[in-house]
Amino acid sequence: MPLHRRHLIQAAAAAPLAAAAGRLFAAPAAGGSKLLVVFLRGAYDCSNFLVPTASDFYYEARPRIAIARPGEDKGATRLDADWGLHPAVSASVLPLFQRGHCAFVPFAGTEDLSRSHFETQDGIELGQALQGRRDPGSGFLNRLAGVLGSRGSATVSPMAFTDRLPLVLRGEAKAANMALARVGKRAIDAQRGEVIAGMYRGTDLADSVAEGFILREEVQRAVQSEMSAADRSAISPKGFELVARRMALLMRERFDIGFVDVGGWDTHASQGGATGYLASRFEELGRGVAAFAQEMDEGAWRKTVVVVISEFGRTFRENGSQGTDHGHGTVYWVLGGGLSAQAGGRIVGEQQALTQASLFQNRDYPVLNEYRAVLGGLFTRMYGLSAAQRERVFAGVAPKNLQLV
Amino acid sequence: MHGKFSFPPATPFSMRRRRLLGSAGAMFALAGCAGKPLAGVPADAAFDERARLQWLDRVTWGADETSEEALRRAGLRAWLRGQLHPRPAKLPAEAQRQIDAMAISRQPVDQLVFGLEARRKDAAAITDTAQRTAALQAYQRELASLVRETRQRFALRALYSPDQLHEQMVWFWGNHFNVSVRKGATRALVADYEESAIRPYALGRFRELLGHTLRHPAMLLYLDNARNAVNRLNENHARELLELHTLGVDSGYSQADVQELARVLTGLGVNLKADAAPPKLPPARAGEYVREGLFEFHPARHDYGAKTLLGQPIRARGLAEVDEALDRLARAPATARLVSRKLAVYMVADEPPKALVERMAAVFRRSDGDIAAVLQAMFESPEFAASLGRKFRDPMHYAIAGVRLAYGTRVVRDVNPLLGWIDRMGQPLYGHETPDGYAMVRNAWASAGQMSTRFEIARALGGSGAVLFREAPGAPLEKPPYPPLSGSPMARTLEPSLGPDTRTALAQAKSPPDWHTFLLASPERMYR
Repeated sequence: MPLHRRHLIQAAAAAPLAAAAGRLFAAPAAGGSKLLVVFLRGAYDCSNFLVPTASDFYYEARPRIAIARPGEDKGATRLDADWGLHPAVSASVLPLFQRGHCAFVPFAGTEDLSRSHFETQDGIELGQALQGRRDPGSGFLNRLAGVLGSRGSATVSPMAFTDRLPLVLRGEAKAANMALARVGKRAIDAQRGEVIAGMYRGTDLADSVAEGFILREEVQRAVQSEMSAADRSAISPKGFELVARRMALLMRERFDIGFVDVGGWDTHASQGGATGYLASRFEELGRGVAAFAQEMDEGAWRKTVVVVISEFGRTFRENGSQGTDHGHGTVYWVLGGGLSAQAGGRIVGEQQALTQASLFQNRDYPVLNEYRAVLGGLFTRMYGLSAAQRERVFAGVAPKNLQLV
Repeated sequence: MHGKFSFPPATPFSMRRRRLLGSAGAMFALAGCAGKPLAGVPADAAFDERARLQWLDRVTWGADETSEEALRRAGLRAWLRGQLHPRPAKLPAEAQRQIDAMAISRQPVDQLVFGLEARRKDAAAITDTAQRTAALQAYQRELASLVRETRQRFALRALYSPDQLHEQMVWFWGNHFNVSVRKGATRALVADYEESAIRPYALGRFRELLGHTLRHPAMLLYLDNARNAVNRLNENHARELLELHTLGVDSGYSQADVQELARVLTGLGVNLKADAAPPKLPPARAGEYVREGLFEFHPARHDYGAKTLLGQPIRARGLAEVDEALDRLARAPATARLVSRKLAVYMVADEPPKALVERMAAVFRRSDGDIAAVLQAMFESPEFAASLGRKFRDPMHYAIAGVRLAYGTRVVRDVNPLLGWIDRMGQPLYGHETPDGYAMVRNAWASAGQMSTRFEIARALGGSGAVLFREAPGAPLEKPPYPPLSGSPMARTLEPSLGPDTRTALAQAKSPPDWHTFLLASPERMYR
């Protein structure tokens, strides 16, 4: 047979499908913390989302695409003396911020200077030091799942809501994936599923195949309950909001580490300002994030943290085509019902005034809050990680405690 | 090990071109050239039915009865040579008829785009809101239909062209020089992009592909170079040209090189106006204005200042700078390595042996980027033969191989269900949003969710493949609605290569649809 057989599967080879399933997807311990990472692939233009409204230089650098100051026509919403929020998320993210369920970390990012989407996304997902030998098969969320799963007290079920298993969740710990945007009628019944799974026993696709059948079942159930709940909302959700609501259903019940990615942010031309292309992307994303929070119900939302990240920021100045090119530092979002009073409703982390002189390489946001330090600090607080456990997730990085939760 | 199977030495491009242009005699003259004996390549005696299927599954879009017969008749050596240096081959009449009927076949791209632009303007000028909306929606539907036709045409050729390797390379280069229809402006252009910038050079010279893809309006719009002008730089195209199309990200170029290359590319753009008069330019520059179809080089938008790229000055001025820069990039050793490795990832293994990549890269440099010569070196290698049957099929390969196996040369009447399956598995043609193109490794396509989708598609094709033969989407399915595969000669050919677990599963099938579903869902079908 044209298959690479590996020994590690042999233990499962003889077990029937259901038993394998139990091993793969133990239910998470009740009441545990939940984490969702949202990756904005393509490098979103953070300076038009969290707007540095106190910076005159911002308005000089973006004569055609800047978001006006608070109080002006189609202006940003004032968050504090220095920052405003894009008006497209006034009905979604802003209320969460005002309730203390959202914080922003500007000047966040990596040390990677390639300004390559793909290189930097991969680097972030691996979460390993840029210098030295990297293990290309080990993502940081997978290592986090491994650490949490090895503590004995609770099992952990990570899930990527994507059609491929992303790098961030690849590694030794079991991780599942399934995209949620298009879920059709199930075409393979349980009996035929058994026969198909039988063909894969002892191959290195056995786990994937067994998981696939179970996940299909789970997702089907979530979609079913969504349909019975459909009467509640006048219009059925679409796009990212639909995915976000399904994610919430699955995470509420089943999974405790989630990952999803959202594309369409590489705005080199005609990105618009208060309205236009990027504004509608923000609107859709914001609506999805708010829907996720709502669907998680009070209790689960209090124990949930959503982190929105992107590979880098964009040039502080607009380019020649009313867009922006690849930059460096960006803005991370942190959301959840249990954010600390020091973080919720605030702009946190190290900051600096934005002038021409303070730009990195005279073009970009500098990175003052390195992502592994920020996330390492967050995971330590969320899960009570020991120093040794944190070291397994982000080796050699001192955590930055922003007291987010 | 055996002298039976060998290739003529790499032939000069001019010679190959003559053959491509139809000098049939040259083929046979070359057939006599003796190569060195090769290790790792089976002699005809050892080249049994199973080995034939393996070679076909790798070199073509999937073994079927016709290709099996063609390979058996010609022998591996002659068959491969024909695949590497194809003469223009005919599609089956029914497939060609479907392609001829498409809008993308009936009009040159510039006329098509001029017409669409006029339509868009007329629609936008309608004062009545409802009428305007309806007209704009019709315009959008027209664009969507052009994309669909592009995908239909590709699928028909992949299914039925005798030049299977060529078709595989058209996909490969379309993915290497990826453009995405999710960037709206490219939708009317992708058909011509494939036809005029990729297809003629897919087994030719890399430098030709590089030049033609760069200047094509689809690429200029997709990577925003149409907006790139002197003092208003847009780095997007320049960066991806270095990072993805040629040198690769860790090969030593700098941010300064990106900016310098962006300056080289200033002024290359697109003009969608049918009746545009040449722009008014100072007399010294007027002669440099270029307009070819939709492509435009506008001297007033070009940065004529001195430039340095990769440590060397650019000597030419104007549009010629692009050729100088591309020559430099195409001949850089890093490009030979990047392209060779990517070809080996596509055709050999997710992690191709380094020694093989080095040998291919050496041929790339020696032959000045002759793609057929590089592929030939790959086919001749023991690493290639050893890898057969071990490369995971991506969704495009999985779906097309399935239809080829199930229905052979019976030409589908409605290719849309096949496109729908490819879409569901997440790999629609020209649908990858970012310029890196689709991943070609198992890790990207074999996760839990993806496997369960594959099985549903196995069920759809194996149980009701007749959806491919309907005259209209709502028409009743022919009877029986499943492919004529179980018990067929092709199935008997295939059976010895199936493992015991798969045979056990097939024995449990209670009906032909189940038998087909299990076969198409089997581990063996996941690999090529």
